[in-house]
This record gives sequence, structure tokens and C-alpha cells, in this order.
Amino acid sequence: MNPAVRVDGLRVVRGGRVVLDGLDLQVRAGQVTGLLGPSGCGKSTLMRAIVGVQQLAAGRIDVLGAPAGSSANRQRIGYVTQSPSVYGNLTVVENLRFFGAVLGTPVADTIRSIDQVALGDCADQVVDSLSGGQRSRASLAVALLGTPAVLVLDEPTVGLDPVLRRDLWALFHTLAGQGAAVVVSSHVMDEAERCDRLLLMRTGEIVADDSPAHLLAATGAKDVEEAFLRIVEGSRSVTGAPT
Amino acid sequence: MSPRITVAVATRILRQLRRDPRTVALMLFVPCLLLTLLWWMFSDRPGVFDSLGGPLLALFPFTVMFLVTSVTTLSERSSGTLERLLAMPMGKLDFLLGYALAFGVVAVVQAALAVGLSVGPLGLDLAGSVATLGLVAVADALLGTALGLFVSAFARTEFQAVQFLPALVIPQLLLCGIFVPRDSLPGVLRGISNGLPMSYAVDAMQVVTATSEWTVDLTRDLLVVLGYAMGGLALGAATLRRRTA
Repeated sequence: MNPAVRVDGLRVVRGGRVVLDGLDLQVRAGQVTGLLGPSGCGKSTLMRAIVGVQQLAAGRIDVLGAPAGSSANRQRIGYVTQSPSVYGNLTVVENLRFFGAVLGTPVADTIRSIDQVALGDCADQVVDSLSGGQRSRASLAVALLGTPAVLVLDEPTVGLDPVLRRDLWALFHTLAGQGAAVVVSSHVMDEAERCDRLLLMRTGEIVADDSPAHLLAATGAKDVEEAFLRIVEGSRSVTGAPT
Repeated sequence: MSPRITVAVATRILRQLRRDPRTVALMLFVPCLLLTLLWWMFSDRPGVFDSLGGPLLALFPFTVMFLVTSVTTLSERSSGTLERLLAMPMGKLDFLLGYALAFGVVAVVQAALAVGLSVGPLGLDLAGSVATLGLVAVADALLGTALGLFVSAFARTEFQAVQFLPALVIPQLLLCGIFVPRDSLPGVLRGISNGLPMSYAVDAMQVVTATSEWTVDLTRDLLVVLGYAMGGLALGAATLRRRTA
């Protein structure tokens, strides 16, 4: 099966600094792929590149068989930026209706998205009056409009209460189960175990690409945080067989 | 380009404005208050308000729309919503025309109030038709919107965006013929004045207040103002980048 996302020799320079240099990776459909690493390691830049809003210095990215950022892909990718990008002075419903109109999705989709992120109770509240976690869920709801085949979510669970966090991860798995390629970034290592596959990133490089279970077995670590440390300090990269 | 998306953008901006009654009040009533102030200043000197009222009717919609648009577009750029929209099937022109349409609606209301007040209670002596006066005012507002969209690309913060007003608008105000007739300006300045859109906006207002006929000058003035507005939109479109560094 062709990968949903294929990155070849990606090089990105931001503000004169090389952020990514010759990165290769593939993301499969039907899986939740976790992109984990400390802040500043290049996760967001990589995600921006996959969505097609990042200028590339070199390399090629194909999403669903078409170049990243091509007009065909703009309809098929759901993208959540780290800071919520919704209109603060509109209600949750108004935000979703607007983005839904841009995407051309039916009105029923608006309600479904709001329910999926469990914001039904504050759907008619102005976004500025919501808590930080609710705002980022409103932003996530926009990305779910139109049931995109590729979801790129930059730290969507930061600051959420554990119950909600669990529910959202369950949602990501449901969407993957329906065939979507879900890429979720996080700087919190304990979220790693919820992913089908892990990409550990550090200073612009992917230091491990494996399932959580294989990664722990290969490093002999008891959790992903320790595995990360062992890999970085042992300076050896762990790349397992694709699962 | 898609009319559905353009209308969605315009409706959304108007809905956002409705949540901000203070801004709406400032946009609509400040021009009226300033016109009243001007009328009062010259209430003992007949004829002065008649000659200044028209040019100022050109100035207010332009200035207010310039400010409002540059600040709103900037916040759209910095809040990440613009990036999100450009990652969606949103044409750059849809975005810009949506803004032009929404603020065009506000401009019509603003012009109706300012023109109504001037011609009615303040007794502005108008030779041309009220409709033409309104048309010129809306064209000026569109010019302000287009230039505001353009300069928002060059400001990182709202603070910088506001500073573009003295930098770009006040020189045009000084050279547009209100303070010194343009023909009496030193040669170089007259040349510069001939290249500035506000000169034509003010000239159009002077034509409408002074003559009852639709003159060739008026057509030229309107075309220049609208041409600059189109140019501003085109430049604005060029500053909207789907991919950023």
C-alpha cells in the first residue's frame, strides 16, 4: 500500500537556521503516528511542511499521491496549529459554520465535529470566553470538518484534563480505524504509548521510528522517556520493521 | 475563485463586527461628529463649510477603512486563521474580495450617515446629486480597504499597522489640495500629488459639490480611485503567501 504521506530529503531553513536537513519518512493510513520530541526539535516545522504551508529549501513531500500543498490536498487535510486558530469573537458554532462554508461541507458536519470534541455544551459561547483547553478543542473541531483523509494535529491535547485527553486519543484511533492517516505531535513522552507508531525527533532528526512496544523492547527501557534518553545518549538510532 | 467562499468571508467579518459595537460606533459616528465640528467652526463664515465639507467626506471613509482593515487583516495573519484558511480551498481573491465586500457594506452605511448629515442638518450646499456623492464616498472607502489590506503585510504588530496611517495617509492629506490648491504647489510636489489617489478622491468630491453635471473629470477621478483600489487588492493578493518561511 502506498504511504499516505511520503517525505523525501526534506530540508527546511527558518531564519537562517537549518531546522530539518535531509529528512525522510513515511506515514501510513489507518494508523495514529506520534511525532514526539522536545520543543524546538522541528515537529511543528515538519507538520507545516506536510500541510504545505512551509517553504522548503529542498526535498519533496507527497500527500495522498499529490504534492503537499497542492489544491487537491487542501480539501483532504485537516490541520491543527499549536495555538488555536479560530476567531475569538465568534461562537464555536459560528466558527465551524464559517470554515465549513469554505470547505463546502454540509451543516450536519458542523454538529458532528462539535460533538466529536465534546464541545456541545458551549457551542453557542464566544470562543474568547472559553478556557484554553476548550479553545484548542474548537480549533480541533475545525480540522475534523469534512472527515479529511489526513489529519495533522500539532499538540492537540496540551493542557487538557486526563479524561478528555483519553477521549480524544480514542477519537484519533477511531478516525484512524476509518482509514485516516493521523499524525499527532506531542512533547509529553507519556502520550507516546497511545500511538500505533512513534517517530522520536531530536534537533531536526528522527532518532527512532517504531511501534511503542518494539521501541521499549529494543532499548530495554521501561518507558518511552527512558528509551528516548538511551537512544540519544547511546547515539544510536532504532528503526524497526514497519508495523 | 468562488462566490460561496467570498460571501462566507464577508458574512463572517460582518458577524465579528456585530460583536464589537464600540468599533462599529466609532466607524459610523466619528465622521459625523467631525463634520459637525467643522460645520460649527465655520458657522460664522459662510461658504467655507461648503468648500471643505466635500473633501472631508472623501477623507473619512478612506482613513477609517484603511485603519480598520489593516488592523483586522493583521490580526488574521498573526492569529493563524489566515494560515488555516490558505491551507483550505480558499482562493486569495476570495479572501480579499470578502474583506472588500464586508467593509464596502460598512462604507455604504457610513457614507449614507455622513452624506445625509452634511446635506441635511448641516446644510452642505451640493450642486451634484446625493447619490453621486455617496458613490464617490464608497469608492474612497474601497480604496482605504485595499490599501489597508496591502500594508497589513508589512506590519508585524497592530502598533506598527497604526503607524502606517501617519506614514501613508497624512502626506496624501497634505498634498491633496485641501490645504494648498494643487496648482499652487511647488512643481515637484505637484507631480507627486498627481500620483496620489487621495488627490483624485478629493477632486471628485469637489466636482460633485460644485457642479450638477457628471463631468469628464469626475469619471477620470473615479477611475483613478478605483484603479488604485484594484491595484491595492492585486498587491494585497501578492502578499498572501500559502507557504511562509
